[in-house]
Amino acid sequence: MRNQVLFLTALIFIISSGCKPRNAATAVSGDMAAKAYVAPGQHDEFYNFVSGGFSGQMSVYGLPSGRLFRVIPIFSVDPEKGYGYSEETKPMLNTSHGFVPWDDLHHVESSQTNGVIDGKWVFGNANNTPRIARVDLKTFRTAEIIELPNSGGNHSSPFGTENTEYIVAGTRFSVPSDYAETDIPISSYKENFKGHISFVSVDKTSGEMDISFQIRTPGVNFDLARSGRAKSHGWFFFSCYNSEQANTLLEVNASQKDKDFIMAVNWKKAEEYLKAGKGQKQKVKYAHNRFNEETHTAESTIKTEVTVLDANELKDICYFIPCPKSPHGCDVDPTGEYIVGSGKLAAVIPVFSFDKMIKAIADKSYEGDYQGIPVIKYESALYGEVKKPGLGPLHTEFDGKGNAYTSFFVSSEVVKWNIKDLKVLDRVPTYYSVGHLCIPGGNTRNPYPKYLIAYNKITKDRYLPTGPELTQSAQIYDISGEKMQMILDFPTIGEPHYAQAAPAELIKNNGQVKIYKIEDNKHPYATKSESEARVVRQGNKVHVYMTSIRSHFAPDNIEGIQMGDEVYFHVTNLEQDWDVPHGFAVKGAANAELLIMPGETTTLKWEPDRTGIFPMYCTDFCSALHQEMQGYLRVSPKGSKVPIRFSLGKNVEN
Amino acid sequence: MKFFLKSITLLFFLTCIITSCSDKKSSATPTMGENAVPATDDYDPNRGEGKFNESNLSLDGFDMAMAEKGESISNTKCASCHKITDERLVGPGWAGVTQRRQAPWVLNFITNPDPMIDKDPELQSQLELCLVRMPNQNLSEDDARSIYEYMRKIDGAK
Repeated sequence: MRNQVLFLTALIFIISSGCKPRNAATAVSGDMAAKAYVAPGQHDEFYNFVSGGFSGQMSVYGLPSGRLFRVIPIFSVDPEKGYGYSEETKPMLNTSHGFVPWDDLHHVESSQTNGVIDGKWVFGNANNTPRIARVDLKTFRTAEIIELPNSGGNHSSPFGTENTEYIVAGTRFSVPSDYAETDIPISSYKENFKGHISFVSVDKTSGEMDISFQIRTPGVNFDLARSGRAKSHGWFFFSCYNSEQANTLLEVNASQKDKDFIMAVNWKKAEEYLKAGKGQKQKVKYAHNRFNEETHTAESTIKTEVTVLDANELKDICYFIPCPKSPHGCDVDPTGEYIVGSGKLAAVIPVFSFDKMIKAIADKSYEGDYQGIPVIKYESALYGEVKKPGLGPLHTEFDGKGNAYTSFFVSSEVVKWNIKDLKVLDRVPTYYSVGHLCIPGGNTRNPYPKYLIAYNKITKDRYLPTGPELTQSAQIYDISGEKMQMILDFPTIGEPHYAQAAPAELIKNNGQVKIYKIEDNKHPYATKSESEARVVRQGNKVHVYMTSIRSHFAPDNIEGIQMGDEVYFHVTNLEQDWDVPHGFAVKGAANAELLIMPGETTTLKWEPDRTGIFPMYCTDFCSALHQEMQGYLRVSPKGSKVPIRFSLGKNVEN
Repeated sequence: MKFFLKSITLLFFLTCIITSCSDKKSSATPTMGENAVPATDDYDPNRGEGKFNESNLSLDGFDMAMAEKGESISNTKCASCHKITDERLVGPGWAGVTQRRQAPWVLNFITNPDPMIDKDPELQSQLELCLVRMPNQNLSEDDARSIYEYMRKIDGAK
């Protein structure tokens, strides 16, 4: 009897919590899962392109499910895909320092047309060996990488203008110019270290990048950047810290001043000076790497010249706006009027007005200059301050409805505030120590204010523990209502810094490539039919023209390889169906596997280290007879009488 | 016991309420594969399923140039798995196929393999034998027609 009473009580509880009008707390827990749930077989609403931080790669997730679709290799080698290991992709990682197999990708930026995401390309920055990469969203592959001379720590990058006229790159670590004396005492920072801001132009059609010009500035640390939009199109804003110009213990020595700067750059003016021949051509060295979609092969070119405009001489390109305490984020709202600076050690968020800034420049309302660059009076550019918003403001995104969302690293929270009246509207905790935020289109004229994603630096107890090294994470908030509501918490690769998100339909329907048409394959070592499959010796180089199709390689028996040979397996995947890659691996290969998409040709270099029989096989489960997709290679001593011979379906002829 | 029965009844009643209460989300509609032709119950095993039928397929005369074009395409896209004799490699040899099969069936199969493998009883028994689904090699209608002309050549057309 008592049990039955308990039973009934439990039922009543279920009804009351399940069906009655809810209070705020139960509403949050009640439909949270449903909001992030995407049923099996259904597609997400948004693509989310997330920086992979120190993995050097970019990951692609679905929103709101948080499902991981792909990791695009960019600045680090990826043996799984043969990226940086195949002969075709090795040139992508070439730099003026030679082949560099790793980097640190912090920020991603979508290409834009008229201030909105156009779904063509996503850009990423390499922080360590300064570079910018362009990922083609038709293939989800890295199409191009350009190195940046005169730079150290390419952090203030790869932010773009409204029509992707330029992607910028500001040096985080000022360094001596590559074209000046560089073997100098570190203590001569103040005299000899310079900032260089690169404006990398992007061809509207091909996407090809070129360093159009660099602006030389005083040596400070450039941190983040945003272009103006709408009314402020033609301007770019860079946060900078270390105006103290410290070169040691920056933790203390770069935190002395009350205010550092946001540097406003009038790039339209810079273009005029460039046209008028005011730039100086300087001798530098940097790599420009392009992947050719027709030959499936990358080419690396070393360039030796860059045009530099001096901000000190050309007085009306750059202006400093004082910004409290080591600003980090520097974000422009969708109207282009408000510039939000986030001093990471400050107790307020200053919001600057573009109109006021322009007027201040016209009125020469300056408090002085910083190494020859005018410093606008703080009050003359300030719209207002958000008071006591939280601790450690970092980054701000916008919903297009007049609200801003700022992340707070120290107090681990996201704060929603109104741009006009600067009042805090809502705050939610993050778990833990949030860095960047992302609203789909949240840095464009036209945000899609449905979700906000917080990318966190620390996860601690959020997931099952995995020893000393834990996963990184992201958290999704529904921001469609007045209050933010966390709906999902998902682990990410690397350390996620900035991210971009775009409507699924835009990216899905951008003309994505499903296969490489075999007819269009212009790879010099392509093999377009089994009848052309062959093995050719040229001195100690042996070229294997190989094909793969479910489920065999042609040829699959190869003899006549000798010690000291360099064997190049040029494997062409003859499949013409979506989602049928073949893999290729040979025993003892000192590099990686190949993963060859339908219609593509890819090359693995292999050097035998001993004589004998070496199996090779397909690594990507391709059909019911995948386990049969294998072959043998015979290696003989140098000078052996065994001739080059090969076969498929029968024994090699003696 | 009586009380227990009552609570069972109550439970049933409550379950209905709870169910009706949570049934807010509309169920997902299944999506169709991109190449799929709208399904019909009356699959025609002689014609197959796809764009080709007797009315849009002319087999008058034999076109040698077309057959040669077909041979060249099939070298890249077909020959890895099909011999032109009656010997089976990965898939069956091509010799005699133009007699065994009606032309629209062959053309539909090579341009629209996946839906046909799912429906055609003979293709299903073929799959049991070969174990590899014939890949969709993205043949254009024109490519397919040329390949068919090559198959006719193999079968002695002049």
